[in-house]
Amino acid sequence: MNRLLENRNFLGFAFMLPAAVLLLLFLTYPLGLGTWLGFTDAKVGRAGVWVGLENYIYLYGDAVTRLSLFNTLFYTVVASVIKFALGLWLAILLNQNIPLKSFVRAAVLLPFIVPTALSAIAFWWIYDAQFSIISWALVKLGWIDTYIDFLGQPWAARLSTIAANIWRGVPFVAICLLAGLQTISPSLYEAASIDGAKPSQQFWYVTLPLLTPIIAVVMTFSVLFTFTDFQLIYVLTRGGPLNATHLMATLSFQRAISGGALGEGAAIATAMIPFLLAAILFSYFGLQRRAWQQGGSDK
Amino acid sequence: MERKQLAMAAVNLKGVFKSFGSTRVVHGVDIAIADGEFCVLVGPSGCGKSTLLRMIAGLEEISGGEIEIGARVVNQVPPKERDIAMVFQNYALYPHMTVFDNMAFSMKLAGESRQKMRERVEVAANILGLMEYLDRYPRQLSGGQRQRVAMGRAIVRDPQVFLFDEPLSNLDAKLRVQMRTEIKELHQRLTTTSIYVTHDQIEAMTMADKIVVMNEGRTEQIGTPLELYDNPANLFVAGFIGSPSMNFLRGKLVKKEAGMQMQMADGLLMPVPASASQEGREVVLGVRPEHLLVRDDGVRAGVVVVEPTGADTQIFCKVGGSDVVAVVRERHEFKPGEAIRLYPELTFLFDPSSGARL
Repeated sequence: MNRLLENRNFLGFAFMLPAAVLLLLFLTYPLGLGTWLGFTDAKVGRAGVWVGLENYIYLYGDAVTRLSLFNTLFYTVVASVIKFALGLWLAILLNQNIPLKSFVRAAVLLPFIVPTALSAIAFWWIYDAQFSIISWALVKLGWIDTYIDFLGQPWAARLSTIAANIWRGVPFVAICLLAGLQTISPSLYEAASIDGAKPSQQFWYVTLPLLTPIIAVVMTFSVLFTFTDFQLIYVLTRGGPLNATHLMATLSFQRAISGGALGEGAAIATAMIPFLLAAILFSYFGLQRRAWQQGGSDK
Repeated sequence: MERKQLAMAAVNLKGVFKSFGSTRVVHGVDIAIADGEFCVLVGPSGCGKSTLLRMIAGLEEISGGEIEIGARVVNQVPPKERDIAMVFQNYALYPHMTVFDNMAFSMKLAGESRQKMRERVEVAANILGLMEYLDRYPRQLSGGQRQRVAMGRAIVRDPQVFLFDEPLSNLDAKLRVQMRTEIKELHQRLTTTSIYVTHDQIEAMTMADKIVVMNEGRTEQIGTPLELYDNPANLFVAGFIGSPSMNFLRGKLVKKEAGMQMQMADGLLMPVPASASQEGREVVLGVRPEHLLVRDDGVRAGVVVVEPTGADTQIFCKVGGSDVVAVVRERHEFKPGEAIRLYPELTFLFDPSSGARL
C-alpha cells in the first residue's frame, strides 16, 4: 500500500480521478445519451428503439423546425454583429480617461451579473402589450398613437428578443475587448501619431489588427452563447407568436420535455452541434492564428 | 539622404516647464541645441528628462515656455508635423507588421508610391544591415535587431530631429556597448540633430557632443562631456558624472605652513585646490577615484576591500571615518585592514549647503 502511494503514475491517476469522473458523468454521458436518443424513437416513459436517421429525415421536412433554424441563425447573426459593434465601441470609450472610470466599468458589467431569468422578466414588462414603458414614453412624446405589440407580432417579437439578448450580451464583449485594448502598448499609438496616423488610421492600422486574436475568442464565445440561448426566449415568448421566436434550443426542449418526444428533441439538439463546430473552426482558422503572433521560427 | 543637408534644424527650449495637476515636474528649462548636434539629457530616474523629450516630440503638452524646432515654435504643432522621429525604449514596433511595413508605415500613411517606399526602406536597411530581415515580424528578431528596426523607421522618415528615449536600456550589457557605437557612427554619417535621453552617464559621456545633466526637473549643468568631467558646477554633477563616482569628504579649511588644507573631523589633513581661501570655512572636498594615487606622502587610509578588474584595481578604504574608493593602474596586493597612503592629485571644493562649486 505504501509503495503504491509513492508511485508517481498511481498518484497521478488517483488525483485525476475525481475530475475525470465528474466530466464523464455530467458531460460525456449526457452528450452521448443525447446523441444516441436522437437516433431512437424514445418517448417519455418508453425506452426507444434504434430508428437510424428517421428523426432527422422527419425534422428536415418539418416546417417548424426549419423556421426555428432560420430564427436561430437570424437571431445569432444579428445579435452577434450588433453586440460586437456596441461592445467594441463601449470598450474604446471605457479605455479613455473618463471620470469615475472604475465605477462606470463596474456598472457596465451589471446586465451580465443579473440572472438571465430576472432580466428577462424585466424585459417582459418592458415589452408588455398594455404596460410597456417604451410604448408609454413614445405615446407621451406624441410619436405613436397606439401601444406597440412587441411580443405579439412575429417580426416585432424577433427583434424584441434580439434587443434583450444584445442588452445582456454587450457587457461580456465590451469587458473582454477592453482587456484586449489594455494589452496594446500606448507607445504604439505614440509611434503611430509621430508616423502621421490620424486617430481613425490608428484605429484601423494599430488597434484593430492587434485586437483580432481577442475578437476571435470573444466572438466565438458570444456566438456560441447566442446560438444556444434558451432562458431569455423561454421567459419572454416560449417560442411564440406562431413559433416566430422559437430557437433550436427552445424547440428541442418543447418537443422533448413538454411534448414527450425525447428522440425528436434530442435530434434537434444534436443538429446544433455542426453549427457550433463550424463557428469554432471559423474563428480558429480564420481569425486567431496569424504569423506575427507566432514568433521564433524563420519563415 | 542628400536633401537632408539643407533641412537640418536647431532645437531651442526656452523656459519650458511642465506640471501634472499641481505638481511641477520640469521647472523652466533652457537648452540650446545646435544644428547637427548630438545632445544627451542625463539624470536619475524621475528627473524629468523623458518628460522633456516627450514634450519636444509633442506627446506631452507643454505647460509653459517655448520649444522651437528649426526656428519654428512648435508648442501647438501636432507630433506628425514637427518633422521629428522617435526611438522608444520598448522600440514600439508594430507587432503585426513586417520589418519592411514597420519602416514604411509613415510613407504608407503619407500615400507614397510602393516604388519610393522600397527605395527609402532599402537605403535605411542597408545602413543598418537589416536587408535580410525585411520580411520578418518583430517577434522573430533579437533585441538588437528590433532596436535597429526602430532606428530604421526613424531614418526612413528623414526628419529634422531624431529623439531617442532610453533606447538601449532593454539590451544586455555587451549589446548596449555595441549599439552605442552604432548610434554614434550613424549620427556621424547622417549628421541629423539628435536628442538622446538616458540615465546612464557612461552612455552620455561616450555619445554626446553636449550633455545636459538634469535633476528634479532642473538642468544642473550643460556642457561637453569633458567640461562636465573636468569642471563640474556642483556636487550633483560631480557625483553623477564619472564611474566609480567621486569621493566626498567633509571638513574645515585651515591654514598650515604648506598653504591651505582641509582638516577633517578626526584631524586628518587633505590638500585642497590652490584657489581655496576663507580659512575656517566648512567645505566638501571631492576627489575622483582615479585621482587618488598610492604614494608615501599621502593621507592615511585603511584598506577594506580590494577588487582587481584586470586593467585596474579598485581599492575601497576608510579615510578617517569616510568611505573612499581609489582606482589605480598598478597592481597592489593589499590585505584588508592594511594601512596605506593615498595622495589626491586633483581635488574640487564644494559648499556643503548649496552644493555649489567653490
